[in-house]
Amino acid sequence: MALFEARHIHKRFGDQVVLEDISLAFQEGTMNGIMGPNGAGKTTCFNVLTGRFSPERGSVSFAGADITGLKPREIARRGIARSFQIMNLFDDYSAIENVLIAVPEVREKGFNMVQQLNGGSSAMDKAAEVLRKVGLAGREQENAAALSYGERRALEIAVALAAEPRLLFLDEPTSGLGAEGTARLFDLIAELKESYTIVAIEHDMAFLFGLADRISVIHWGQVIAQGTPDELRANKWVQASNLGKLA
Amino acid sequence: MQQTKAQPTFWITRQMLVLFAVLGTMPLWAESVGLYQYLGVEIVIWMIFALGFNLLLGYTGLPSFGHGAFFGLGAYAFGLVQHELAVSLWLGLLGAVALAAAGGGLVACFLSHRRGIYFALMSIAFGQVFWFVAIKWHAVTGGEDGLLNIPRPAFDFGVGHLALDNNTALFYFVLAVLAVVIIGLWRLVHSPFGKVIQAVKQNEMRTAFVGYNVWLFKWSAFTISAAVAGLAGGLFAMAQESAYPDVMSLHASGFVVMMTLIGGGFVSFWGPVIGAAVFFLARDLLGSMTETWLLWYGLMFMAVVVFKPEGIAGAWQDMVKRRSSGRERGGHAGAALAAQLKR
Ligand SMILES: Nc1ncnc2c1ncn2[C@@H]1O[C@H](COP(=O)(O)OP(=O)(O)O)[C@@H](O)[C@H]1O
Ligand SMILES: [Mg+2]
Repeated sequence: MALFEARHIHKRFGDQVVLEDISLAFQEGTMNGIMGPNGAGKTTCFNVLTGRFSPERGSVSFAGADITGLKPREIARRGIARSFQIMNLFDDYSAIENVLIAVPEVREKGFNMVQQLNGGSSAMDKAAEVLRKVGLAGREQENAAALSYGERRALEIAVALAAEPRLLFLDEPTSGLGAEGTARLFDLIAELKESYTIVAIEHDMAFLFGLADRISVIHWGQVIAQGTPDELRANKWVQASNLGKLA
Repeated sequence: MQQTKAQPTFWITRQMLVLFAVLGTMPLWAESVGLYQYLGVEIVIWMIFALGFNLLLGYTGLPSFGHGAFFGLGAYAFGLVQHELAVSLWLGLLGAVALAAAGGGLVACFLSHRRGIYFALMSIAFGQVFWFVAIKWHAVTGGEDGLLNIPRPAFDFGVGHLALDNNTALFYFVLAVLAVVIIGLWRLVHSPFGKVIQAVKQNEMRTAFVGYNVWLFKWSAFTISAAVAGLAGGLFAMAQESAYPDVMSLHASGFVVMMTLIGGGFVSFWGPVIGAAVFFLARDLLGSMTETWLLWYGLMFMAVVVFKPEGIAGAWQDMVKRRSSGRERGGHAGAALAAQLKR
């Protein structure tokens, strides 16, 4: 059974149908890519799968449990973390504070009003470790707002990783990164792939085809093609839409 | 804002000692600089109110414009306990905190899924409801006149008691309460809870997506803030020996907002403390020169909003930073000073 499964998801905004009938399944330990043109409904799909919106029809299950319509915090607490396409950080907090707030140990103490979060604690060590992993060692005390674009992208992923998720959704992690930043992110995700189940929306085909075990193409609110990178290269839809050439 | 730095956060800090030293000696020097003892009582009570208010505004990012309601609930509760139950300081203050927390908790149920302008507007509406009830519910609140002849019960500490009927004794009592409130709130804003409410202020959506119940955190911050306002209100009823609807009015609610902003509540824990002192000094100093002191204070408020939205504490932080970077880049003494007024 798949770790995560979405069945026949339907979502509309007013009378605009954004997700027509989306079914996706992600196996534990795999890296899954989602691609498709702008406005296809990819981000909306993530939003439905992570609880920001509930679908009009269809169901979502994770680790054998139905999570359809649960709130973002409930889904997060079950072990699903996500990063955002448009950066979504705590701008007045330092890099390490951004990560710290997402560490489960801190989250469990959310209503503790007396204890202090000090250096040397295990939560702080975990946060520093996550920053190191995404390449932000030495930048711990820098305000999120003062980081460079590429560093902020890395921090965006770090906040998601800090939750120690079983499943990680990444919405266009390379967007806005130059060749060098993309290459670095490629290495990072190649490493993360070893320990997490990942789903990434991505425009950069070379990036995705190099990393993903399976890829789904979303267009007009539907999954129009699905398969391994090799299968997709041969797919007529993908070739017709010129996506295959880039890979 | 970066208190998660490696240094431990202590129960009592240097800034607290400075404040307690200044205020603690105030009865000795107040009169020689043209002030009077009761002014100190008022300032300290409003510092408590503003500190609690800033938990909501500065730390959680929720602009409540009806917070006078909870100050007023505290005042009425204190008076009613003295009149109807027993003349008791502790029971009165307990009643003040409990009623304000209950009122705050109730209002927060309606406000906690809102933010920004909708939150502000609804907080005004609820504030007005309390104010209206206070005026109309004559049998309980005494209507427009309020509750009069509220006694100042003695401070009973088991083995003895201390009369609080003179203003100097009362001043030291409210100062002791302020000390407790400051130490408690300082601890709170550096706790995990404090970190989460500041996260809510910065990015509500992300806070939810990392697994926090944003609604409940906003509700809790509101309720605690209302409880502190109630404590201040109870002390105020004792100081004034009366409780009246005026403290619940929109303009009284506006005062605490102005104090907090002028002082710099958005950038510093100490903003509300500075702001409350400035407000009352302005009232008395400007007030002795002109009847229209509030106009001038209002203009000062506008100037701060336009030119230095971070308030007095913000200006201070800038000054210290400029000084230290002038002396030597990254000068450690300067940096330590700049950190002083930070949250
Ligand atoms: N919150 C929303 N309210 C209304 N329409 C939305 C909302 N979010 C997305 N949409 C619409 O849904 C469509 C798909 O958007 P999106 O999911 O962001 O596409 P993608 O991520 O594939 O580029 C777009 O037409 C967009 O305008
Ligand atoms: Mg998108």
